[in-house]
Amino acid sequence: MTYLPVLVAFVKALIMISVVMGMAAYAVLAERKIAGWIQGRHGPNRTLLPLLGHIPILGRILTRIGIFQPVADGLKFIFKEDPVPGHVNLLYYFLAPCVAFIPAMTTMVVLPFGEMDGAPLVLANIDIGMLFILAVSSLGVYGIILAGWAANSKYPFLGGIRASAQMISYELAMGLSILPAFLWANAPGTETGLSLFNVVQSQDTVWLVFWQPLSALIFLVALFAETNRLPFDMPEAETELVSGYHTEYGSMKFGLFFVGEYTHIVIGSGVLVILYFGGWNFLPGFASPWPEGWLGGVFSTLWFLGKVLTVVFFFIWIRWTLPRFRYDQVMRLGWTVLLPLALANLILNAILIALFENWIV
Amino acid sequence: MEDILFYLFSAAVLLSAFFVVVSRNPVNGAMFLIVAFVGIAALFVMLESYFLAVIQTLVYAGAVVVLFLFIIMLLDVEGSGKIRPKAISVVAAGLAFALLALGVVGLFASGRAGPEPELPLQTAASLSRHFGYELFTKYMLPFQLIGFLLLAAMVGVIYISKKEPSPTTETPSQD
Repeated sequence: MTYLPVLVAFVKALIMISVVMGMAAYAVLAERKIAGWIQGRHGPNRTLLPLLGHIPILGRILTRIGIFQPVADGLKFIFKEDPVPGHVNLLYYFLAPCVAFIPAMTTMVVLPFGEMDGAPLVLANIDIGMLFILAVSSLGVYGIILAGWAANSKYPFLGGIRASAQMISYELAMGLSILPAFLWANAPGTETGLSLFNVVQSQDTVWLVFWQPLSALIFLVALFAETNRLPFDMPEAETELVSGYHTEYGSMKFGLFFVGEYTHIVIGSGVLVILYFGGWNFLPGFASPWPEGWLGGVFSTLWFLGKVLTVVFFFIWIRWTLPRFRYDQVMRLGWTVLLPLALANLILNAILIALFENWIV
Repeated sequence: MEDILFYLFSAAVLLSAFFVVVSRNPVNGAMFLIVAFVGIAALFVMLESYFLAVIQTLVYAGAVVVLFLFIIMLLDVEGSGKIRPKAISVVAAGLAFALLALGVVGLFASGRAGPEPELPLQTAASLSRHFGYELFTKYMLPFQLIGFLLLAAMVGVIYISKKEPSPTTETPSQD
């Protein structure tokens, strides 16, 4: 029965994919609900599922908060007409949504989301998890570039070009902002390495954001730029570029871009929480009160999910609060502010750690 | 199983590298280049050199080819017709290939290309530490030399791209 481990891994992966996809779908709902709340309106509140929606009081409440809306959205994506413009490069036109979607989903493999008896709850606990996430998510930019290029029309092309320039620029700042965190976490005598699980375990009393507020800020800004979220949504700025690189896409092909983007946000929030906000550790200064055994696994996972959802809420909140940057401002911020700041922060931390190790301890 | 995977990935790398050279459309070429780089990363994984595999993907597939595509799209190079190479390029290519072939044959003939004895197993954290330590101590000279090479290439690129601006045309803004 050598197939059993494969089967178990398969089922685990399916569960993880369902949870992340579900979170992405409901992040869309949250986006619309919070947008409505910020703008003083209701948001989606009328989608009704036949049986569930007719439960006396509960059904009415669920309908009001739009809990069935993602189902309708998903069905709409699948059943809409799927037009293919005549002037596109067919191969890359069909390849691009997949290339945008697959890396976004792949990064979840190494994302730990809880602990049970000191072991991580994760699909694959590899020791260079952080690098894996950076590497795979850096492949996601091809989906956007190819979409812009294959559509063979002006606005998508500009969107694709902007996206590639923006993602390359902010990837540097993001990579540099992560390094100080790992420098801190790799104190002498520890074997943290580049493992995401060990980084969380090293924050069991004090979260890294208190040691590294600047790194956390740079990482957050770069994350907004990498996920193309609103102060940085140059690639699809609808007032300038119709809807940027996915202008020529309809139905499920657009859906793949859309779900990929929200998956990226969910996973990115997860990485932010893991690196700087203590992962599944309880509040700073308190030891985690999670009990032993599977109950502890459940509690730590729920606590982690709660933190991730808070960050997702922050993403949405920013989107409906700040106006968009101009493109030259985005580039200037990336290259002349964030990158030097991240470099200086790295060097400063390296010097501080060297001083600390050589003279104080 | 591992043998099959090795041949699969090697074939993918070689085939896509071949298509990089022969494809007329530069975007196709860049895409095949990505496949080649990811295939090489897969070969690194099979050697249990995960760090190199990830760096290979991150730097080459994730950043360098993005820049290639960026340039291809900005310059809007359409599938150019048959390019007639200059005589000096043919000679240089032939010479480079001969040197490479000579090097490979020499390496195999010297008998130092065989499999290394098994190295002691290390945990990955100490492995990446070991990696950095070796790079900055034992292999410091090659490391610095490569750095100089890159710097020279960078200075060259800046020099070429900053051709003296003619006083009549306005220089483009830096953004």
